[in-house]
Amino acid sequence: MGFYADLLQILDSTLRLSTPLLFACLAGLFSERAGIFDIGLEGKMLIAAMASGAVAALTGTVWMGLGAGILASLCLAAIHGVASITFRGNQLISGVALNFLASGITVLVAQRLFGQGGRTPALSGDARFGEIVLPLTETLRPVPVIGPFYADVISGHALLVYVALLCVPLTWWVLFGTRFGLRLRAVGENPGAVDTAGVSVIRMRYTAVLITGILCGFAGAYMATALQAGFGKEMTAGRGYIALAALIFAKWRPWAALWACLLFGFFQALALRPDVVENVLTVKVPVPALDALPYVLTVLVLAGFVGKAIPPRAGGEAYVKER
Amino acid sequence: MTTNPAIELRGISKAFGPVQANSDINLRVERGTIHGIIGENGAGKSTLMSILYGFYKADAGEILIGGQPVAIPDSQAAIRAGIGMVFQHFKLVQNFTVLENVVLGAEDGALLRPSLAKARKLLADLARDYELEVDPDEVIEELSVGHQQRVEILKALYRQADILILDEPTGVLTPAEADHLFRILRGLKEQGKTVVLITHKLREIMEITDAVSVMRRGEMVATVTTAETSPEQLAELMVGRKVLLRVDKTPAVPGRTVLEVENLRVSDADGVERVKGISFSIRAGEILGIAGVAGNGQSQLLEVLGGISPATGTVRVNGDAIDLSGRHSNGQTRRARGIAHVPEDRQHLGLIMDFMAWENVIFGYHNDPAYQKNRLIMDNAGIVREAQAKMKRFDVRPPIPTLQAKSFSGGNQQKIVLARELERAPDLLLVGQPTRGVDIGAIEFIHQRLIELRDAGKAVLLVSVELDEILSLSDRIAVMFDGRIMGERDPAATNERELGLLMAGIAGEGAAA
Amino acid sequence: MTKLPNWADIVLVPLVSLLFAAIISALVLLAIGQDPVAAMNVMVTGALGSPYGWGYTLYYTTSFIFTGLAVTVSFNARLFNIGGEGQAQMGGLGVALVLLSLPVWPHWTVALVAAALGAAAFGAAWAAIPAYLQARRGSHIVITTIMFNYIAAAVIVYMLVDVLRPPRQMEPASARFPEGAALPTLHDIPGLSLIFTREVPANVTLFIALVAAFLVWVLLWRTRLGYQIRAFGQSEPAARYAGIDPFRTIMITMLISGGLAGLMAVNNVMGEAEKLVQNSSEGAGFIGIAVALMGRNHPFGVLVAAFLFGFLYQGGAELGLWTTIPIEMRIVVQGLVILFTGALDVMVRMLLARLFFRKPPPEVAVAARERA
Repeated sequence: MGFYADLLQILDSTLRLSTPLLFACLAGLFSERAGIFDIGLEGKMLIAAMASGAVAALTGTVWMGLGAGILASLCLAAIHGVASITFRGNQLISGVALNFLASGITVLVAQRLFGQGGRTPALSGDARFGEIVLPLTETLRPVPVIGPFYADVISGHALLVYVALLCVPLTWWVLFGTRFGLRLRAVGENPGAVDTAGVSVIRMRYTAVLITGILCGFAGAYMATALQAGFGKEMTAGRGYIALAALIFAKWRPWAALWACLLFGFFQALALRPDVVENVLTVKVPVPALDALPYVLTVLVLAGFVGKAIPPRAGGEAYVKER
Repeated sequence: MTTNPAIELRGISKAFGPVQANSDINLRVERGTIHGIIGENGAGKSTLMSILYGFYKADAGEILIGGQPVAIPDSQAAIRAGIGMVFQHFKLVQNFTVLENVVLGAEDGALLRPSLAKARKLLADLARDYELEVDPDEVIEELSVGHQQRVEILKALYRQADILILDEPTGVLTPAEADHLFRILRGLKEQGKTVVLITHKLREIMEITDAVSVMRRGEMVATVTTAETSPEQLAELMVGRKVLLRVDKTPAVPGRTVLEVENLRVSDADGVERVKGISFSIRAGEILGIAGVAGNGQSQLLEVLGGISPATGTVRVNGDAIDLSGRHSNGQTRRARGIAHVPEDRQHLGLIMDFMAWENVIFGYHNDPAYQKNRLIMDNAGIVREAQAKMKRFDVRPPIPTLQAKSFSGGNQQKIVLARELERAPDLLLVGQPTRGVDIGAIEFIHQRLIELRDAGKAVLLVSVELDEILSLSDRIAVMFDGRIMGERDPAATNERELGLLMAGIAGEGAAA
Repeated sequence: MTKLPNWADIVLVPLVSLLFAAIISALVLLAIGQDPVAAMNVMVTGALGSPYGWGYTLYYTTSFIFTGLAVTVSFNARLFNIGGEGQAQMGGLGVALVLLSLPVWPHWTVALVAAALGAAAFGAAWAAIPAYLQARRGSHIVITTIMFNYIAAAVIVYMLVDVLRPPRQMEPASARFPEGAALPTLHDIPGLSLIFTREVPANVTLFIALVAAFLVWVLLWRTRLGYQIRAFGQSEPAARYAGIDPFRTIMITMLISGGLAGLMAVNNVMGEAEKLVQNSSEGAGFIGIAVALMGRNHPFGVLVAAFLFGFLYQGGAELGLWTTIPIEMRIVVQGLVILFTGALDVMVRMLLARLFFRKPPPEVAVAARERA
């Protein structure tokens, strides 16, 4: 019994912790499928977390916070677009720069607004996303195994958790079922084909980058208004990079992205419960080792020990018209 | 009553910085004809057509389509004006299906499924009408080059193009595929479409066009009716003076065997076999020309011999076997064996475009003790001096060793590569497409140098897709098709037709008859 | 052609980029209700107004020279080593393990040589794995080095908490380094002690950094290895054609790069902290990226840029001390400098070209650049 309860608790945290990864991972998917590398997911999440935490605290409304988060993230996305699409700058360097910019700006603004050493005030009530209890939770609870699983793992999350999960089929449909998706995928594979077909490469890529901004906005807002109750310095703690790793792991496919993010979320959940890991493995595992696990796994994935990842062919290169 | 021409260009000019790519171009293309545009590389043909397709904006001039002045700021506008274009390098998404590629940019609505269904039907009709059969569900990367080209034509027709522009369409095709293409183009003409064919091959112009315009150094020098002209006249118009298609040379005096290749097999990164067990040899003092349509294994052959990629089989140079596994050898060890290599793609292999000329003059030979001041430091000043001397001897203009490679013209870049590779008097010279993108004056210079090297008793392996070049330089000709050598011919006893059949994979004396 | 003259490209472009970063920084300060001019005054006084300030500025400069050189070497082979931070931290671990291995050191020069070897070896080793994965398995080095930064942080925490922490000490840090391992600071050097009249963190490592910069220049532009590194960076296919082994080039380049990043630990861990603490490099590895970009990937440019960032860091710390501007302001400036010098360089060039040539429309400038 004790083990099953622990497992449920870990799976519950898995879902919570996977959500920002999933938003950011799908965000990266749109950008990279359109041929724009984005290692600035981290910065966009961070600035969105700050903006949403701050605005939610000031207005007392989580929805205003969410909007502000998306807007802030969009601003960084737009800069990335200008640098890498219009001015054909180095996309990796632009991403690095924006991550630093976000890291500094968030503290400056939070300090200016609240004077609490770069954090935003603790949120409560309507300023946070509350937990949603799904229908039938109590009815099903007595059912063995499935009941507690439904009640403790599936039910009882913030709205954004379910939104993130819904974004997976939505992304899949947009990518493979619509005109927009066809053009988006084409522009990441061969922008020349899109251009000569009379579709603007620039506009497609900007659209993709802005979608990335919106989804990162969700990721950041979730961090500050649902996962935690407010913004803290560097609160994203490398999640943008883990999301990037999940994207590679998933080979730029939406459904695989879901599984990759759940896996990495699971590792993060494990790191929170070293006691459970110790019980199961019967040896003491140092906490830093658990912390490092997602990164180590990502390196193994990148090394091709777990399948080969082939990125979109035109990724990372600015489009220059040529005959 | 004369109808309005399909295309009329008036006073089109376009400059890239100080380079005038097009100056004051006037052109009339009559409706329902096949109109050729011919000129050397760099004559401005492609720039002109790119302006017509909205890729570049002209600095001055006017475009009329069907008698109406139109502005073509982008490809969308060109498509609306009824212009379709088949680029030299296909604009296809490699991992999309034929259907997806055709539909891309011309979808009917926000949802994909109805568009694809409609396109499938239309495509079947077009395929029937114009001999343009392709499986609509095949992925592009699985298709042959000829079929990919059909997809490009289908794309244009699907967009209801009345005017079809093809840029060097036969460069990657076998003669048989080219013939099929020409049948398609004639079919289009019969349906009232207008075709503009850009090429530098006189034979094609004579075979299929109704009228031909000749471009030279950014200017339109003449437009003539094909039936009233001759290849000689067109060639003269193209280059501005009489050209020597034949190179003066004495008969070869072959000596000992320098290169022996036996059962050489090469697979590419995807595991596809590109060279399928070929054998040949070259003796000192002779040039073996390898003819073939691009992409039939010639590039891989050069790369293997140059030590860039691994292979299986046996290769002996001066009687000693060389390592083909790539584990104990590379470009450095090949050079130490007296093999020099002028690569097909000088901009991506032969030169570092951002390096200065003097740095490029030692590229690949940078470990030579002569270039070192001591065990650690290179003798940069000495290298600059030597580079300058070499550049002067090879007539590189300007002979300034501190200029970056990218600031030289194509011909002068090639001369820098040749200066580096030829002046070391190698036993074996590998040379690929020596005159691609090189102006006519430099071609003569380069050809003479290759003959001189042969006459100095060196072995030369020449790979070229230009049959003229192969015929005029080689002492023996081998034709490659699909990774195999289809046959060897004596240049004095063969002709373009026979070689063309071999290039198309039709083997043997019997089949040629 | 609308190409800028060489001198403008080398001098003017970074200067104008810097100007942009400065203007935006000033706007940021105004936006948070601060006075940029007053802030600048505090920074100049704090960083350059006294020998004490100079002592800190030069101390930061030393660290940034090492990490800037590390990125410069890898950039020249077109390998974007973002792992300088992790490599510098591992270099610190190397310093600590070497110095703690003896109970007492006979002389600081002996300790310096030993610690430097340890720092370089650990830094290089930490770069070697991403390098190997890039060279043999094609794993994108940008992503792997980022991951290795996080893994390094975890390793250091583990070492400090479970291995190196002396019994009964709460703080996750190693023991103090033994006697004889302290490096002379600028205050301890005869002659310089007349200027630096009291203890400053800048130490003899500064001179090692200057020598390292000179050696990197010799390496890149005067040796065969440097020639091969640069050729490989410009074009891998061409390097293969010339018989330059990609595997060997990637490995050697990254070992040198990681070694240089690791060497930074001699300055901060051995020269200043005299023990290993958590997050010892304090982001200097990342600043190396900005320094290399600003210095146009040239060792001498790196010296100038490192000093600039040394000023920014010391000045920024002073801001944190004496004003209500958070110390994170310097991260903002750092981000802006990277943005303008590394990602918006084309924009800066286009603006300058317009000034130089008056009329060429932007599309021509870019087209010309792309064609070139």
